[in-house]
Amino acid sequence: MLVKRPPTDRPVFGQTTGGEHINPSLQPDRAVSRILRKKDMDAFLESVKAFGSLYGPRQVGPNQYQLMPVGDVAPVSAECRRTILPPKKFLIPARDDLCHFSADTGYRAAEVYTGERVILFGLHACDIHALVTLDLVFNGKYPDPRYLARRQALAVIGFSGTAPDGNCFCHAMGTSHADRGFDLFLTDIGDEYLVRIGSSLGDDMMRARVDLFGQVEREHIDAYKERSDRRQTQFDDTVVEDLPQILELEHDSPIWRELSERCFGCGACAAVCPTCYCYDVVDLVGTDGITGRRVRQWDCCLFQNFAEMSGGFNPRPNRTDRIKHRYYHKQVHFVERFGRPSCVGCGRCVEACPAEISLKDVIAAIRGRSG
Amino acid sequence: MLAEKDIIYRADPHRPSPARLVGVQPLAPEHALFQFRFEDPKENERWTHRPGQFVMVSVVGTGEAPISICSSPSRRGVIELCVRNTGRVTSALHRLKEGAIVGLRGPYGNGYPVEKMKGQDILIVAGGLGMAPLRSLVWYVLDNRSDFGHVSLLYGTRTPEDVLFKGEIAGLVGRGDLETHLTVDKLVEDGQPWPHDVGVVTGLFKYVKDRVDPTRAYAAVTGPPIMYRFVLRELLALGFGKDRILMSLERRMKCGIGKCSHCAVGYKYTCIHGPIFTYWDAMNLPEMI
Repeated sequence: MLVKRPPTDRPVFGQTTGGEHINPSLQPDRAVSRILRKKDMDAFLESVKAFGSLYGPRQVGPNQYQLMPVGDVAPVSAECRRTILPPKKFLIPARDDLCHFSADTGYRAAEVYTGERVILFGLHACDIHALVTLDLVFNGKYPDPRYLARRQALAVIGFSGTAPDGNCFCHAMGTSHADRGFDLFLTDIGDEYLVRIGSSLGDDMMRARVDLFGQVEREHIDAYKERSDRRQTQFDDTVVEDLPQILELEHDSPIWRELSERCFGCGACAAVCPTCYCYDVVDLVGTDGITGRRVRQWDCCLFQNFAEMSGGFNPRPNRTDRIKHRYYHKQVHFVERFGRPSCVGCGRCVEACPAEISLKDVIAAIRGRSG
Repeated sequence: MLAEKDIIYRADPHRPSPARLVGVQPLAPEHALFQFRFEDPKENERWTHRPGQFVMVSVVGTGEAPISICSSPSRRGVIELCVRNTGRVTSALHRLKEGAIVGLRGPYGNGYPVEKMKGQDILIVAGGLGMAPLRSLVWYVLDNRSDFGHVSLLYGTRTPEDVLFKGEIAGLVGRGDLETHLTVDKLVEDGQPWPHDVGVVTGLFKYVKDRVDPTRAYAAVTGPPIMYRFVLRELLALGFGKDRILMSLERRMKCGIGKCSHCAVGYKYTCIHGPIFTYWDAMNLPEMI
């Protein structure tokens, strides 16, 4: 919905200067956005392959998509709303070597990723926000070289072309639009894509087939704005503003117990979550008994032994405690630590839950008044 | 010249450095003191820690566990860990002989705020294995004694046999610059004579309550969960501010560097925001104690 602004004395941006208002100090070849015709998309993606291994969403089942290598013939599925697994699988593989060890030589750090650049095409704004969220965690006082090596090798071509479905709530989480975290971002504005250029690499990708790209004209700007306005109306009214405070107040709500009676504790939500980064570290000893690998692998705070210590003390022995911990970690504690929730509203957890628990319903219930 | 990727390997915070077990001393049933020195002399030179910090210890083939450092940074040379034989890694540690190589990385965690504690009275309350991180603080304070006001140590164990660092503790009793009081839950039959208290550790507060000024003192408390409940009540009754009560907490840890999330309590990670928490932190974090 458009907000009507009260009249002010100040000039309204964009309406005061008539005619040309191009800042002459800008470089003449400055490229903020360009236009790509839809029919040229395949040709463009073909040229992008020169920059690294290109992955894009491909349909693998009814309403199921996966980020897969873009081959010569198989086109990407632009209609994809969400991939089963999020892009985090390229940065934190489900299992990754940390060290190799032997009783004689001790621990040697495993090699970091030195492979080719990976280009992910088709990431929606929510997934781009998720990558930026993971960056917060894996940098900090102890930067993680394994994550960062993969991250530096990752290029992102964002895409916005599908209307949200009932499981989307990126709008509420403030992640329905991305202004950074991509090299290129394509927005469907009808017959064309508006291509926003977000990095030097993205600029190179565009210029490799500069013949396919046109200048942004007034009609394109208007088409984008029209789409933007339309998009505001396509989301439902999930509200998360001040959710941390409400969750804090509802810490002892019976809702958590009811939820624990439905939840299987299977961890599917964490596996498909684009920002769940918890990991376990285990030593895998070889058959010789003295050499092996230390690996980290995806873990989930819903698992019973996640926090259990030797001696048997478990700070979260009940499923209620663990469910609550998961919700609070994402929606409250992450906010206190990093200033924003670690949920991006992609809806994957809703789709993956075998107990049909919807985070949106939980939020609605927790915001509701109890009798 | 190092390739770029080699520099990244070296910086990997998950990689333990080889350290040699240079001494083992049994302390009590299932408890022993392990002394380590890095194989690389440069690492020994570089090594510095704060009382209350911990290391991640790897025993090849069994995994890694967080153990608090029980030696004081004021006494350089070896890194000492007091370890109870309780899990996979710690039982493997107990089977090691002098000369064995383990992996160490750290130090991690915040440690005690020793700068803020300067000029203040220090009341140290230890229960059982809680003595391990506090021993680091005790020696740090004693080695910088003129920086602190009145310093006292209250230490409770189950039986006289369970007292850790027996010789050392006996040496502390009667020191003019430290007031030490000991207690045990119960005496064992045919045991050594026990010239100290019998009863819970809170029973020792009567000796020091008139010597400590809670408005200019810090209390460092570490022990089993049940102990906190009673000690905290006592400290609050004495007038200690909630932010002047320092507790060392234990959690399961896998990375030690604020990422794997196993040790998360509320919005704090025990590994990087702790393990030393004030009671003010603890009372506002769910499941903390």
